[in-house]
Amino acid sequence: MSNPSREQWGSRSGFLFAAIGSAIGLGNIWRFPAVAYENGGGAFLLPYLIALLTAGIPLLVLEYSIGHKFRKSPPAAFRGLAKPAQAIGWWQVAICFVIAAYYAVIIAWALRYIGFSLGEQWGDDADAFFFGDFLQAAEAPGTVSSYVGGVLWPLIAVWVVVLAILALGIRNGVEKANKLFIPLLVVFFVVLVGRALTLDGAWTGLDALFTPDWSVLGNGGVWVAAYGQIFFSLSIGFGIMITYASYLRQRSDLTGSALVAGFANSSFELLAGIGVFATLGFMATAQGVAVNEVTAAGIGLAFVAFPTVISEMPLGGLFGVLFFASLVVAGLTSLISIVQVVVSAVRDRTGIGRLPAVLGVGGAIALVSVLVFPTDGGVYLLDTADHFINQYGIVLAGLVVVVVVGWVLRRLPSLQRHANETSAVPLGRWWLVCLGAVTPLVLGWMMVDSLRAEFAQNYEDYPTGFLLWAGWGVAGAALLVGVLVSLVPWRGGPGPASAGSDTGAVTREEGKN
Amino acid sequence: MSTSAVVMMIVSIVIVWGGLVAAIVQLRRHPERPEDETPAGPGV
Repeated sequence: MSNPSREQWGSRSGFLFAAIGSAIGLGNIWRFPAVAYENGGGAFLLPYLIALLTAGIPLLVLEYSIGHKFRKSPPAAFRGLAKPAQAIGWWQVAICFVIAAYYAVIIAWALRYIGFSLGEQWGDDADAFFFGDFLQAAEAPGTVSSYVGGVLWPLIAVWVVVLAILALGIRNGVEKANKLFIPLLVVFFVVLVGRALTLDGAWTGLDALFTPDWSVLGNGGVWVAAYGQIFFSLSIGFGIMITYASYLRQRSDLTGSALVAGFANSSFELLAGIGVFATLGFMATAQGVAVNEVTAAGIGLAFVAFPTVISEMPLGGLFGVLFFASLVVAGLTSLISIVQVVVSAVRDRTGIGRLPAVLGVGGAIALVSVLVFPTDGGVYLLDTADHFINQYGIVLAGLVVVVVVGWVLRRLPSLQRHANETSAVPLGRWWLVCLGAVTPLVLGWMMVDSLRAEFAQNYEDYPTGFLLWAGWGVAGAALLVGVLVSLVPWRGGPGPASAGSDTGAVTREEGKN
Repeated sequence: MSTSAVVMMIVSIVIVWGGLVAAIVQLRRHPERPEDETPAGPGV
């Protein structure tokens, strides 16, 4: 039986657009191209595709199945699997809280850069402009002494938009926004790539990206990089897909949807790789250097390398507007999904209505975001929190989920049956093997690898004291909050009392769209 | 571009974008049935 009073997607395509919108984020644009380039170029395709098929899509199906089976946000859905497992759900909610707080800040930067692009306001030194003039970053991490108005106002605008969309609900807010934003993003990026490919040196860049180095396939680090890219780029491991799938109709094709979402995410990633490396090829040619000397990723790619290229190309301002608008759109659709996890969890737990939940919970995240990050110390906090919550939040939680669901609770077969009841592509034994063996092993390896790096050298050479609270502290606090909230007894009443059943009662307001 | 780079670019595009097209075609072949017409039993 479906839960008649829970919100639902208006259509299957609405869910798919939202799931794809969540998966396609900043990482697709600024992480994939560099990871592929550094890990064998064209040869990276092999481990990447194997990672997509053996971890990415199986994990998507797992999260869809958990969300769809229990029709609840992560804490209540995990509680449905086993009562103590709800701690995992709350941990994921806490992770989403942290990520949303800083992710919005990057979108705010990109929003400002749409305007900066018009006059190429970064001048001759994009690096100094970004860290100095724009962010007014302090000399060293750990201190916060002033607010940066140039970041504050766009950040407030981002939060107003996100909370307004969430307040409109799943069907009228999230679904409609994604149905508008995702086609828009594709159009922006196709135009961008088209322009990039006509630049001098574009093919030099693509040559660098796609020339295969088959010798790297024997290197375990390349395989870890492939699984890491798939894991980070698909928005899995922190409850988003569980939340989105909880609004699916009863007879939804879970495996078919996962295949579309997984391949759509990779398709966009590939398009971004082509656009980014064509552009970097132009930059390298213009500067008379090799492509490897201009390769960048993350913030450095978007806010330093790209502005530099934009200044060098004809009609660069227009290119910049399209690029930063793409970042804003890609980021917004992901941020919406991240905040929805927290909103939905609190609603399922307390039974409060949508608007109070969005304003209260979303408002709380927005407040933290606005108070902490538009400061002179904000960029260091953001960088550190991002690194640690990714490694010791998302990856660790993903590992715990597959171990607990697969090995401790042994619920993979029942979830497999659940998915197969409504899906055209049946899950076979391969799905159990991928989630029971391949994924835990790879995520475990990623964890060991990253811990080893952490203890070999301080992240970004930041001071240990700073890393202890801004990195380890934040990631540890998310875990602690998850465990503590899960220990609060569930009272009777709406929602929580019957969270374990497929027909758990929820408040009437949920049905109103 | 070198031949090997061109080949890998084409192979990547065909597999990844082709995979997306195949996944969409597969999903469209199995439209969702309206909820009220389907009995609750599994595999129906």
